[in-house]
Amino acid sequence: MSYAVKNLNEGDRELIAFRIGDQEFCVNIMSVREIRGWTPATAMPHSPAYMLGVINLRGAVLPIIDLAARLGMKPADPTARHVIIVAQVRRKVVGLLVDAVSDILTVTDETVQPTPEISSELERQFARGILAIDKRMICLIELESLFPETESEAA
Amino acid sequence: MDMNEIKEIFFQECEEQLAELESGLLKLNDGDRDPETVNAVFRAVHSIKGGAGAFGLDDLVAFAHVFETTLDCVRSNKLEPTQDVLKVMLKSADVLADLTNAARDGGSVDESRSRSLVKELEALANGELPSPSALAEAPAPKAAAKPVPAAAAPTAKPTDESGFQPVPFSFDDFGGEGDAGSGMPAYEIIFKPRYELYSKGNDATLLLRDLSRLGEMTIYCNTDDLPGLEELDPEGAYFFWNVTIKTDKGEDAIRTVFEFAEWDCELTVKPVEDARADATSNDELPMVPVPFDLSILDESGATEEVSASNARAEETAAAVAAAEIASNVTQLASAAARVEKKESAAAAAAAASAAAQNNAAAGAGQTIRVDLDRVDRLINLVGELVINQAMLSQSVIENDTTGTSSINMGLEELQQLTREIQDSVMAIRAQPVKPVFQRMSRIVREIADMTGKSIRLITEGENTEVDKTVIDKLAEPLTHMIRNAVDHGIETPEKRAAAGKNTEGTVRLTAKHRSGRILIELADDGAGINREKVRQKAIDNDLIPADSNLSDEEIDNLIFLPGFSTADKISDISGRGVGMDVVKRSIQALGGRINITSKPGHGSVFTMSLPLTLAVLDGMVVTVAGQTLVVPLTAIVETLQPEAAAIHSFGANHRLISIRNSFCPLVDVGRILNFRATQANPVEGVALLVESEGGGQRALMVDAIQGQRQVVIKSLEANYTHVPGIAAATILGDGRVALILDVDAVVGASRGQSLKAEMSLAAVG
Repeated sequence: MSYAVKNLNEGDRELIAFRIGDQEFCVNIMSVREIRGWTPATAMPHSPAYMLGVINLRGAVLPIIDLAARLGMKPADPTARHVIIVAQVRRKVVGLLVDAVSDILTVTDETVQPTPEISSELERQFARGILAIDKRMICLIELESLFPETESEAA
Repeated sequence: MDMNEIKEIFFQECEEQLAELESGLLKLNDGDRDPETVNAVFRAVHSIKGGAGAFGLDDLVAFAHVFETTLDCVRSNKLEPTQDVLKVMLKSADVLADLTNAARDGGSVDESRSRSLVKELEALANGELPSPSALAEAPAPKAAAKPVPAAAAPTAKPTDESGFQPVPFSFDDFGGEGDAGSGMPAYEIIFKPRYELYSKGNDATLLLRDLSRLGEMTIYCNTDDLPGLEELDPEGAYFFWNVTIKTDKGEDAIRTVFEFAEWDCELTVKPVEDARADATSNDELPMVPVPFDLSILDESGATEEVSASNARAEETAAAVAAAEIASNVTQLASAAARVEKKESAAAAAAAASAAAQNNAAAGAGQTIRVDLDRVDRLINLVGELVINQAMLSQSVIENDTTGTSSINMGLEELQQLTREIQDSVMAIRAQPVKPVFQRMSRIVREIADMTGKSIRLITEGENTEVDKTVIDKLAEPLTHMIRNAVDHGIETPEKRAAAGKNTEGTVRLTAKHRSGRILIELADDGAGINREKVRQKAIDNDLIPADSNLSDEEIDNLIFLPGFSTADKISDISGRGVGMDVVKRSIQALGGRINITSKPGHGSVFTMSLPLTLAVLDGMVVTVAGQTLVVPLTAIVETLQPEAAAIHSFGANHRLISIRNSFCPLVDVGRILNFRATQANPVEGVALLVESEGGGQRALMVDAIQGQRQVVIKSLEANYTHVPGIAAATILGDGRVALILDVDAVVGASRGQSLKAEMSLAAVG
């Protein structure tokens, strides 16, 4: 795959689309570092339920988050077919466990529709908008909102 | 490279120069009279001044200048480096370090201190000299012209750099004869700058002006190389200078002037034999400064002895000649006596310089400065390589049944190579503890000054190497312990005299390697720990019950308890709210242990055992509730297999284990880390007896011990967050992450402090 050849117009952005259950989501490609298969994680004590633990990413300790559980859906039961999206969120690198990565989308800002008025606070908190592409509905996730900044504690 | 980077390099170099300066002064203090040591000290201050000048750090330049001036008096033997003189100089070195730090970090410096030191330095420089201005201008001629009583002559007489003083001789008899420079060696200098000199912003004129301060100088500018206008490169270097200078400061001083330019010019300096011969014959002066070829200083000790004895012979001859024309008989006697004295001095100097050269040869090596980040990255990568290699070996062993294939042999070689690479990469970060030890000598001086005690710091094994991170973190606890030793440990001179001890107290700081760890020992010859007082204080502060029966060792260790200070009244030095408990904690945070042994009346010894590096940790790999954990080996006192009879229930859900008639709380690691809902059966597991910061023991229950291993420490905080009860993570041979247990936190949690910090959604960010 060559990413560089595409000429992006002003306002265009590239997104990585992935699947959790029967729903589709996407995140900005700029924050994705790599995509890799699932490997068993080491459990962390006192962690929230969606924290699957940590794995070794070429010498760095990478925390893995079950994105399904984080989004309030049915927690994943990770298998070798699951995929970890290694993403950079602010200064930290985290792994997001998803069912599968589907494709790379190039969209303009206008394509992104605002999140519909729904009652659930959780979904609205993460969703930055909705994309309608080929009859698919893809939810755009803002990674930063998954991990609000509380650097004082971690730093 | 912008200005700030250049400045940063300058400050790094300053640090080295300051270290050099201090170690040189301390050597002088110990009686080393090697001119090379004096020169090194002088050079250090000179370089700092030069650099500071370039950056416009005026305060620093001003102070360094005064300091340098005084040092120059020592260098030219106008000032005897006595203990008193050196005391001022050591203080000046401290102030110079302060000023450098202030210039770097923008802090402030105690101005009254530097001002009074400037006065002292100036007084020292002036004390032995006729006038202050003579020092920078042309001190020698005036010194020669001024009538000096014969007895005072040795200190005021011009000498060369070798440390051999010319025969003491009154110039009274020859006053007015010859010119002012007579009797001084003359040098012919050819100074030919290259283009590079100018391109670096140096100026030949400035160098020549500096040179002129050394003595009487005639100068001739040679323009022979100047090409025609059409060939002239406006940025080229075409002029060169022939200089003849009469100076008593020797060839080295001349070369020092050109120190900053030595790579960028052609420089020849040679003594002019004729001029001196003329002077001698014309004036019939028997006193001829002994010609001394400085190059012999670079030869081995043996050659030096020979030259030294030659020099002595010449000196003796000169003395005899001097005596012949001396009308005064007593003068003859005193001259002869002094020659004898100097012979032994010369022999000592020769020996000292030989020793110094050996040191220099051992200590000097080629070094490069590397960004710490780069080294860390390399270390990380090598750690990865080691893990990968282990994984590869594992899979080859699993898949290969023949056992002797070439793959196996290749793997073995790879294993050896990776281990070697790991060792050498670790060695890159290793540094001698010397800089920390040197800082300590300053602290000893300051506190000794404040408390009016006389203290001698002896350091040993300062070339012992430890990881840089350990060195950085060692300074603080060590400073505190030295403060304690000087303030509380060592008695006042009066008390020492009364106890029949040397009034000068001794603090000995030793570093050595011992079985993969570094052992740092701090010993003082003070009064030792007053056990009765310590015990009473502990009882008063409710730290121990009044009727407790403690061994001497246990009482000594009480001083590590929080809130303990043995000083009757809080002094300026130690009353800062930090006690030995902080010291112990910071040592433990480094993965080290601290011990104390004390003999009443004979002093105390603090022994610290520290890991050589913080990047690696010796750990016990254990299994807890199906998870692999690593427990730092330093925390573990012993391991044992609990028997059912030894387990006692205590209250609703506490259990104690009896070990040699004492009861120790059992802590189920799996439970406390929330890995399981109920406590495991202790009889099925293994108990790790650990010692926590409070000194209390706990038995940590784990399911099984896998073995001991050295693990590379990885940060959890970098991508995750701090996890209560977990100190860090590591990667095991199978590529999986294992968590390193924070023993202190787990023990603390077992005392009832909650381990569960706010592990909210936010904390994952």
